[in-house]
Amino acid sequence: MGSNSLYGPIDPATDAGYVDPPPRMGFFTDTSVCIGCKACEVACKEWNLVPDDGFNLLGHSYDNTGGLSANSWRHVAFVEQPFAGDALAEAAGTGTQFLGMPLSDLPGKATPGPRGDFRWLMMSNVCKHCTHAGCLDVCPTGALFRTEFGTVVVQQDICNGCGYCVSGCPYGVIDRREGDGRAWKCTLCYDRIGDGLTPACAKACPTESIQFGELDELRERAARRVEDLHEQGVAEARLYGHEEDNGVGGDGAFFLLLDEPEVYGLPPDPVVATRDLPRMWKRAGLAALAMAASAVVAFAGRRG
Amino acid sequence: MSPRGGGDRSMVPEAEFRSYYGRPIVRPPVWTHDIASYLFTGGLAAGSALLAAGGQATGDATLRRVGRTVTLGALGASTYFLIIDLGRPERFHHMLRVAKPTSPMSMGTWILASFGGVAAVAGAAEFAPLLPSRLLRRVLPPAGDAAGYGAAVLAPALATYTAVLFADTAVPSWNAVHPELPFMFAGSALASGAGVGLIAAPGKPARRMAVLGAAMELAAGHRVEHGHGLLSEPYRQGRPGKLLQAARLLTAAGAAGAVLGRRSRAVSALSGLALLAGSALTRFGVFEAGVVSAKDPKYTVVPQRERLAAKTEVTGQP
Ligand code: SF4
Ligand code: SF4
Repeated sequence: MGSNSLYGPIDPATDAGYVDPPPRMGFFTDTSVCIGCKACEVACKEWNLVPDDGFNLLGHSYDNTGGLSANSWRHVAFVEQPFAGDALAEAAGTGTQFLGMPLSDLPGKATPGPRGDFRWLMMSNVCKHCTHAGCLDVCPTGALFRTEFGTVVVQQDICNGCGYCVSGCPYGVIDRREGDGRAWKCTLCYDRIGDGLTPACAKACPTESIQFGELDELRERAARRVEDLHEQGVAEARLYGHEEDNGVGGDGAFFLLLDEPEVYGLPPDPVVATRDLPRMWKRAGLAALAMAASAVVAFAGRRG
Repeated sequence: MSPRGGGDRSMVPEAEFRSYYGRPIVRPPVWTHDIASYLFTGGLAAGSALLAAGGQATGDATLRRVGRTVTLGALGASTYFLIIDLGRPERFHHMLRVAKPTSPMSMGTWILASFGGVAAVAGAAEFAPLLPSRLLRRVLPPAGDAAGYGAAVLAPALATYTAVLFADTAVPSWNAVHPELPFMFAGSALASGAGVGLIAAPGKPARRMAVLGAAMELAAGHRVEHGHGLLSEPYRQGRPGKLLQAARLLTAAGAAGAVLGRRSRAVSALSGLALLAGSALTRFGVFEAGVVSAKDPKYTVVPQRERLAAKTEVTGQP
């Protein structure tokens, strides 16, 4: 292990021991163009043969999936929000376009200016394929591993369902599947990208809200997109998970959001727990010494 | 999306925060109470192994015999709880494919396996006289003595690694208390070992161990319950709060009884029972407090927001 490998910016594939790996691949999910069609959720299920997640009415707007889980590797969040003006629609320049989503106005009513007093936030969530992945760090069997593309994948023939990764993930992504007993999550379509194909979700996304590519290139593209949006008056646009110096050393899948991360169910400042692992072992060592000393003291002065 | 009120009344004003329909952000542990039981039995195995080694060193055969036997039983229970909590119990041996320093569970597996090896030899030595083989009757006791000390050397690691196991997670209230949790668990393990001694062969060493263990557990527990702001809250409220309160009372009563009741075999035994029960409740309380902190997004969002705000203050930029 390199000296950096618990924390800080690194190239995860090189750090994992790959010699001359291919470029790190990832997702840039631009929620400002998401229309909530859930094509990504469906495409992922179909390609990866992911079982259903129950058929529940959650009462969370159009979201009946609820969140990422062992059986949902893409999850489209829906938030209906009071909002003054719709800079995004204005930014589109051409006025209202039918994107297939429910309108807040009467059909055919074409009023100039702001379209209503509320907005939709829609966001397709996914595993972040962290540079410092809590799930991978804590996995005791080696089932979770780093691929040559810098992504994080579970080997299903190794996983024994200990469940440690579930608590290790700062984003609440990976999960143990009921009835199956093993841990499952997004593989960033390891079987597709190895063959030069685009992951199923990105392929199916009709608005290019989900973009797949080399992470460096995606980061540049995302920076330009935020700038454009800011110029167009969408001041609330921001990137999430793109910085290499964040708590997980940069996310392999990052986002453009239109509100605070927690509104979408994302942690505002996640940190991989293993960052503090050396300090934790030190404290445990001290406690162990104190325990041994107590036992010695307890028996001191007594000879058989 | 809107601030949610917590169920419990508290002295701290309800923190303002936003969330996605109040859903958890980090995933609540999939572990069941088996893991809390394991924490207890693992600690008990460690505490009893120290007791046995003490008995061995001071020529107290009763303490040695009881300590080793309880260690063996607790070890069996630990292994059982660990394996049945797996999603694929038949694959438990996959833990032994790798030794991974970044995984406290991997390190713990190796600690438990090594401890188990020596503790089993020490335990078996106690049954040597019953064995049919002359050779075993001759070889086992000295081997058991060496193994007994080996177990005592590994026992503190067994009792404290579980604190790192919990702390090295995204579970907010487990992660936050990482400086004190190993001391709480070490104290709890000592107290439970002392409890065994007080029941089986009360004497000065068991009493001292009871007091030292209880003091360590209570002092560290106090920091866990009060020293971490919002993230200490789950240790004081609701069911985990009640469990830990009961644990504190039992542990304190056990330690007091061990000293004050030293002339009475019955009081000593009751004190031992109280220490054992206190140790078990401590583990269940800590376990459940973590689960509570993972289920409510408040414990993820508010501390992280505060951290961000502090960063902004320092650097002057968001
Ligand atoms: S988001 Fe969670 S599951 Fe995905 S790589 Fe990071 S730690 Fe692992
Ligand atoms: S559940 Fe499987 S993938 Fe997750 S940490 Fe355990 S062995 Fe590794």
